[in-house]
Amino acid sequence: MSEILDNLKYVTSHEWIRVEKDNTVVVGITDHAQEALGDLVYVELPEVGAELSVGDECGVVESVKAASDIYSPLSGKVVAVNEELTETPELVNNSPYQDGWILKLELSNDAELADLLDASGYAKCLEDEA
Amino acid sequence: MNKRTALYEKHLASNAKVIDFGGWDMPLHYGSQLNEHHIVRKDAGVFDVSHMTVVDLNGERVIEFLQYLLANNVSKIVGKTGKALYTCMLNEKGGIIDDLIVYYQAEQEFRMVVNAATRDKDLAWIEQHASNFAVSVTERTDLAMLAIQGPQAIEKITPLLPDALRDTALNLKPFTACWDDNLFIARTGYTGEDGFEIMLSNEQAPAFWDALLNANIAPIGLGARDTLRLEAGMNLYGSDMGETDTPLESNLAWTIGWKPAERNFIGRDVLEAQKANGEHSVLVGLVLKGKGVLRGHQAVYVDEAGGKGEITSGTYSPTLGVSIAFARLPAGVYEEVKVEIRNKQIPAQVVKPPFVRHGKACIDI
Repeated sequence: MSEILDNLKYVTSHEWIRVEKDNTVVVGITDHAQEALGDLVYVELPEVGAELSVGDECGVVESVKAASDIYSPLSGKVVAVNEELTETPELVNNSPYQDGWILKLELSNDAELADLLDASGYAKCLEDEA
Repeated sequence: MNKRTALYEKHLASNAKVIDFGGWDMPLHYGSQLNEHHIVRKDAGVFDVSHMTVVDLNGERVIEFLQYLLANNVSKIVGKTGKALYTCMLNEKGGIIDDLIVYYQAEQEFRMVVNAATRDKDLAWIEQHASNFAVSVTERTDLAMLAIQGPQAIEKITPLLPDALRDTALNLKPFTACWDDNLFIARTGYTGEDGFEIMLSNEQAPAFWDALLNANIAPIGLGARDTLRLEAGMNLYGSDMGETDTPLESNLAWTIGWKPAERNFIGRDVLEAQKANGEHSVLVGLVLKGKGVLRGHQAVYVDEAGGKGEITSGTYSPTLGVSIAFARLPAGVYEEVKVEIRNKQIPAQVVKPPFVRHGKACIDI
């Protein structure tokens, strides 16, 4: 069974969101997503400074078997990306919620936060998929 | 309901991630596909390949039959007990119905191993032609098949071999088999490493599997089997070749038994014409020179004029740390091409497979 952390928010496309105090959020892919993909071998990150809207493709994670797009869960500007993933994509497998974070967004519309799933909502989404 | 091998319960016990593979419930990996790949390159692993189809052929005219059915010439192995031959089985248009290994067991007795996903059409094709030669075709669903592969494979399996067969098995030349009433042991594989492929009864298979794991031979899933075979430069039927591709178009010219010229095998006239004309597409190896991962069906641009081909199978190579692929390209000789990955054209070097043999890179990166 994959891990779902209570202190994070989620979207049905299997990204997690950690809300920070300064109107920014950190985004990664969930434990379920990394487990479904298998060993990651390549991560394509967005450009710092890119303006994203909800649902925009903003990166790619590739495992030995498949490629999967990363979708922006919120609107905003990319203020940081996890450069370490370029050399060590397996951080996403080993630590999806910590060292394997993917990007940091400065929100342009924090009202969108209300649309995110909480841990129990995401757990239900996984049950429905199964 | 999918078919299951005699080892299905064993896979679950080793925490396999089970997927559908050509109608079979098979292990994709047992935790980490990458680790399993490295284990086979550096140590020893075992694959359950019982889904593959084993067919025994018997009859007075079986040699004559196989000389007609197969593109390679079985006369290369006739009289050499246990010797194996890799070959394609073609349709009348020279297209590949399947690729297979055939073993010479005795004067009127051959064994064939064909793919799992092609079982139905293969058996129908074989039986259709066998009847003209009064050859009997027996599918051996009673047999399980294990591939034990890696630089330590033979050493680790040695204590598990029966006394009477051990010396013979250890002295097998590559692409040769020996057997007794219980085990059929071939020095073959699909990984580019040394090892055995072993057939035994479904009843014996679970205990043998346990003994292999106890000998520190790790279970390896079909995921790693695919990255290993691609690194080893071996085609996968259904991806790298199919019924509309000839062996000449599939980097398998070496498997065509052209001599003697009077041997009439199915598809021969088409191959002769293609060879004489020389204008046929080619299957090549690619090494990606930029970032990303090559995948099946990505477009490959070979020149400024827009000439293009396609990746047939691609992956990240765990051994080389770069992405590699096979691609089918228009007739020609190429050094560098461009592959379209998510709307960007990334350069790739054209190489002659294999990429890796016996744990070592075969190409300069």
